[in-house]
Amino acid sequence: MRELSLNVMDIVQNSVTAKATFIEIIVKEITNDSLLSINDSLLSIIIKDNGCGMSEKQLKNVTDPFFTTRTTRSVGLGIPLFKMEAEQTGGSFSIDSEIGLGTTLKANFVTSHLDMTPLGNINSTVSILIRCNPDIDFLYRRSIDDKSFDLDTKELRQVLGNDVPLNSSEVMQWIDEYLKEQTQNLIGGKDNNEIIG
Amino acid sequence: MKSLAELQAIRDKAKQQMNMRGEQPDAIRVLVGMATCGIAAGAKPVLNAFVEEAAKRNLQNVIITQTGCIGICQFEPVVEIEIPGQDKVTYVKMTPEKAVRIVNDHLVNNNVVTEYTIGANS
Ligand SMILES: Nc1ncnc2c1ncn2[C@@H]1O[C@H](COP(=O)(O)OP(=O)(O)OP(=O)(O)O)[C@@H](O)[C@H]1O
Ligand SMILES: [Mg+2]
Repeated sequence: MRELSLNVMDIVQNSVTAKATFIEIIVKEITNDSLLSINDSLLSIIIKDNGCGMSEKQLKNVTDPFFTTRTTRSVGLGIPLFKMEAEQTGGSFSIDSEIGLGTTLKANFVTSHLDMTPLGNINSTVSILIRCNPDIDFLYRRSIDDKSFDLDTKELRQVLGNDVPLNSSEVMQWIDEYLKEQTQNLIGGKDNNEIIG
Repeated sequence: MKSLAELQAIRDKAKQQMNMRGEQPDAIRVLVGMATCGIAAGAKPVLNAFVEEAAKRNLQNVIITQTGCIGICQFEPVVEIEIPGQDKVTYVKMTPEKAVRIVNDHLVNNNVVTEYTIGANS
């Protein structure tokens, strides 16, 4: 993919298909870890859902592009692609899943690597996911070193009550502006592509 | 800074006006294919273009949402338009520019943009 934010969009579709009602998206950047060499920074993307999960056998096959339970096409590309993008930076990839409990994917990227895919517009991914799945709860957490912010739709729903859907235009506008403000605050005015890419 | 108090104000205003759309049975639905194939081919900017153009024209009865892969990956990005009482229209090889035209011609004026449909492209 051109941007990791597109991979996130895609990986979360699996959680939606798995009938998750709560999906966490965590984008964590570590720039000052003494274990890393001076120029390296690490980007971790974690996607966690409470969907139907996978059996051990399914899980073993899931990074193989010829494994899919989809019916419209005989190859599944989403997970193999995401794994490859992490590993080609010298990073790592893991996936845990349990039937009935849910699935957690973790991808670590070494951002200084030549083959690093830029994060891209992750805010717009989060915004589209909320807009298109108004009945699912999302927790989006973005952090750089020890600074972080959350967007928690459960919290928003508590304020909005049952009458106002999350994907109404006024609420979506609030969400977009909140994400923009918080991100600027976090990365100090630079845009994502300048920091990671 | 955006605060939860502001969100509360949005709720109170909506309650007063009672115009928040819950279920809209006669809404137009715009379904953007968001499987791996669609996303890789550029479905995200297409979806954004629909959202922005519909907001610009203040179209209240349009729901823009995602759908899975409908099995025609070579035509992605694919967008389906469902208007109640009419046949579903499938647009293929979508771009943000095409999306703007479809909002104006098809959603507003009810003229299908035939040249962008799957029928004209296969
Ligand atoms: N979060 C999840 N919960 C349950 N099952 C999952 C999850 N993620 C993936 N799977 C299973 O793994 C399979 C492979 O996923 P992958 O994203 O690689 O391909 P796909 O979704 O089948 O097709 P594509 O992503 O190319 O449109 C899925 O078909 C599904 O059965
Ligand atoms: Mg997938």
